[in-house]
Parts: sequence; structure tokens; C-alpha cells
Amino acid sequence: MIAAHLPALQVVLPLIAAPVCVLLRRPLAAWLLALIATWASAAVAIALLLQVLEGGTISYMLGSWAAPWGIEYRVDIVNAFLLVLVSGIGSVVVLYARASVGYEIPVERQYLFWTAYLLCLAGLLGIAITGDGFNVFVFLEISSLGTYILIALGRDRRALVASYQYLIMGTIGATFIVIGVGLLYLLTGTLNLADLSSRIGSVSHPRPQLAALAFLTVGISLKLALFPLHLWLPNAYAYAPSAAAAFLSATATKVAVYLLLRFYFSVFGQSQVFAHLPLPEVLLVLSLAAMFVASTVAVFQRDVKRMFAYSSVAQIGYITLGASFVSLTGLTGGIVHLFNHAVAKGAIFLLLGCVALRMGQPTIERMAGLGKRMPWTTAGLTIGGLSLIGVPGTVGFVSKWYLVLAALERGWWWLAIAVLISSLIAVVYVWRLVEVCYFRDPSGHEDRVSEAPLSMLVPALLLAAACIFFGLYTSATVGTAAQAARSLLENLR
Amino acid sequence: MNVFDYVNYWIAILLLIVGIYIVIARGNLVKKLVGLSIFQTSVYLIYISPGKIIGATAPIIAEGFELYSNPLPHVLILTAIVVGVATLALGLAIVVRINEAYGTIEEDEIHAQDQDPE
Repeated sequence: MIAAHLPALQVVLPLIAAPVCVLLRRPLAAWLLALIATWASAAVAIALLLQVLEGGTISYMLGSWAAPWGIEYRVDIVNAFLLVLVSGIGSVVVLYARASVGYEIPVERQYLFWTAYLLCLAGLLGIAITGDGFNVFVFLEISSLGTYILIALGRDRRALVASYQYLIMGTIGATFIVIGVGLLYLLTGTLNLADLSSRIGSVSHPRPQLAALAFLTVGISLKLALFPLHLWLPNAYAYAPSAAAAFLSATATKVAVYLLLRFYFSVFGQSQVFAHLPLPEVLLVLSLAAMFVASTVAVFQRDVKRMFAYSSVAQIGYITLGASFVSLTGLTGGIVHLFNHAVAKGAIFLLLGCVALRMGQPTIERMAGLGKRMPWTTAGLTIGGLSLIGVPGTVGFVSKWYLVLAALERGWWWLAIAVLISSLIAVVYVWRLVEVCYFRDPSGHEDRVSEAPLSMLVPALLLAAACIFFGLYTSATVGTAAQAARSLLENLR
Repeated sequence: MNVFDYVNYWIAILLLIVGIYIVIARGNLVKKLVGLSIFQTSVYLIYISPGKIIGATAPIIAEGFELYSNPLPHVLILTAIVVGVATLALGLAIVVRINEAYGTIEEDEIHAQDQDPE
């Protein structure tokens, strides 16, 4: 009985828990509720993934209204994987955030953090699970509004400006997505994504389709911070509360990437529109630009959080690069990299939160000699960094391996070399951090600095350990990613 | 093609461009939000316009009526309006906080304050 309603519960649990947090008010009670809601939705996500692996795509009619008219929740292997990722990261961050939020946010505002956090989670899960074009927009705005609040709760006043900037750009992005969905509705008379994809093949006018595709691409690219639409991201991640930065960097952009894949492969898969527009090539060029420009900018940042925020833009470039191949290997690489980046960046931002707890906003100078004071934190940061570079033995290696393979499959030697060179830039900025932490003497006046409390350190190191675990046992991630890639490609004409 | 056949679309596109121009060109944070609202509102028009069929009635089945307008876009846009109001409210709240923290809501002055650490 309950198993049949899991798709609805996935979204409803955090969505209902959010306003209850406002009523509870007490920080501890709100945190407990958030903990229960996120862990329950993670359990639901895992149950859904198992159901999908066993029995194929699940289609759930909300309120029992039949599919093209009512809203359909559609869980296939692609979004089941994403649901597990998002809710999994969400539950790890909740464990961590108790101490971190307690330190960074005034007591009377803490319940608001949990409300915004749960709303954001509900929105992200909703985007992933829904099979309805307009519903995507609604959930997108739910998650975005939650995100703006989370960012604005940062201690630095620059967090406010960052949040405002993101609000402007995010709203423009979301509105572009609505225009795109609206044009598709005008063309086909349906909002159901599966229905759309079967009807769009018979639409003969290429121009409105092109317009819809263009609006959707720009709108979603704003949300996923595809270069050069990434301007909101560095400040937002640098000044948001640590727990929020970790959660957002690990999940928000990933869900936007999923949305892009969903629209390109599932919705427009049957359309002839790609014959009129060299979109894979455009995506390829932008991804390469992201990989090189953003990585290079990262090398010159003083603020370590900003450095890794720019690195996020570069890593997103690898993910979209995987999509731009439009091949099984490429997409598999992209999806594994999505997973890799979520885990590694989540770990890094959580650990930077530990550093921030002990010595304030982490700059390169302040982190001098950190290896002696916070050995576990530094070790975790190093592992996360290695995974970003793609050193063998970490999950980053697996995804870059697939990306290089995909490039070679196409016979694009230059691209394989470009991936390697851009990884070398990542070596530069990660090494810069490692060198400062391990080989410089502490800057002196902060002698009493020690490790962050265990409730923060353990979840963070858990994610760092996951980088290595999934780097050695590749079958789980690569197998699921390959299945997901296959199901996306099946729909192409 | 008669230009006036599509007059609501022309107006919608004009509003869309005006809105996004204000967002880009103005430095005042409140004015930017006004531009953003105009931009969002133009999209409501783009949605509502095709739902109306000239000569058609409200979608209530009754004798003597054959043509009905499409109610779905209206319902969608009701949702979008709510979302737009929420975004505007949150945006203004953030501007109030920015004003408390910086003492100004002009973009260039905020930028200047962030450049030289006090």
C-alpha cells in the first residue's frame, strides 16, 4: 500500500516538514524534524531506486488523474539515481549542520534555516521526480526561493548581495524556462514530458521549436551555472553558511544538469530541431571554455571557498562535456562525473566549514600549517582535491577516464589532451592548498586551533571516504550511470 | 500578415524587453526588482493570449455554445503569479537587509564598499 505512494512521499515529506519547522521554532526540535524528514526521504529514494532496478519505470498519477491531464510523477533509472544522490547528500549535511548552523546562525533564526533547507530539498527532489513541464517550473522556484534564503543567512554582509544577484539571475532563468515550456505547450497542447516527446516528432514547424529549445537552454544553463552564465555562483557559495554551501554545491547544479539532459534527450529526442541547430557543438565549446577559464580563475583566488566555487564551474563543464558527445560512453562519463563532483565538492565544502568554524572565512594565508592543527580535516580536503583532479583510486578518475574514452571513440585526440591539460590546472589549485596546509608554518597567533567537533567531522570525512570507495568499487556507480545513459539515448531518433 | 492580429504578442514582447532592460541598465536594487516583475508579467501575457479564442465562451458546457476558451493557461498563470509575488517579496526583503547592512541600495556604492575593506 505505502510502496505504491512512495513517489508522492518523496516530495511531500520535506515539503510538509518545512512549515512545521516554523511552528516548532526551537532550534533543536526543528533540527530533529529536519533530520527525520531528510532521512525518511533518503530511505524513500533508495526504495524507489530498488523498485526501478527491479521493475522498470514507475509512473505515479497524482490524485489519480490520468497522465496527460493530471500531473504525473515518473521515476526511471536516471532520476532514481539522482533522487538517491540528492537526498543522500541532504541527510549527510543535516547531521553536520547541527553544530555548524549553531555556530554560524543566531539562535532565533536557526529554525528558518531548517525551513529553507527542507523547502530547497523538496524543490530539488520535485524537479527530479516530476514528469510535468509546468510542475518543473513550480518546483524550480520552490527550491530557488529556499536557496536565496539559505544564502542570505550567511554571516558576511556580502552574502546578502550574493543572494540578491542570484535571485535576479535565477528568476530570469526560471522565467526563460517557463517561456520554453509555454512554447512547447502551444506547439503540442500538452505539458506532460513523456507525452511531449512523443508528439514533438510530428510537429513540422522548426522555428518555434528552436525558440523553445533556445529559451530552455539559456534558462537551465543559468541555473546550472554553465560558463558564461555562472556569475552568480562564486559569491553565493563563498558567503553562504557552510552547510548550505556544501548542500547547494553538491545538489542544486546537479539537478539543473539533470533537467538539461531530460529536455535534450527525452523531450527533444524525437524532434528534428537538432538538424537546424548544432547544439552539441555549442555545448562542447562552452564546456571547454568553462574547464579552462574557470579553472584558471580558481588558481588566483585568495579565498579558498571562492576557489572551490570557481572549480565547481569548471567541473560542471566536464559534466556538460559528457552530454555534448551524445554517445553512451560520453553520457556515462558525464553522469559519473555528476556523482563524483557532488560527493567530492560536498566533502570539500563541509571540511571548509570545519575550518571556518575554527578560524573564520578560510583564506589561503589562514590555512598555513593547517595539516598540523587539523590533520583529519586537511587529509579529507586533500582526498577531495585529488578526486577533483581525477587521480587514480578516486571516483574522479573513473569519470575522466570515461570522458577521455568518449573523446577517443570520436577520434578527437585534441579533446582528450584538452581534458588532461585542464586537469593539470586543477592540480595547480589543489596543490597550492596542499602545499600551504602541509609545508608552511602556522601563521602564529591562532595556536589553540584544534579539530572541529566530531558531529561535523564525521559526516564530512564520510563523504571524503566515499570518493575513494566509489573510486575502487566502480561497478555500482558506472553500472547505474551506464544504464541511465542508455535509457536517455534510447529515445533519440 | 496583419500586425494588429498579434497585438497582444507585440505588447508582451515589448514588456519583456523593457523589463529585462531595466534589470540590466538600472543600478538601484528596487528598480531592478520592478524590471524583473515587468519581465515576469510579460510571460503571463504570452501564456494567457493563446488560451482566449475570439467568439468563444468560458469552458462551462451549456446548450448553444460550441467554442470554449482554454482554461489551462489561466490556471498555470495563477500559479506563476503566486510564484512571482513570492519572489518579489523575498527580493524586497533582501533589499531591506542590504540597506541595513550597507546603508545604500545603489549597486555601484555597494560594490565600492566591498572593494575597500573598512
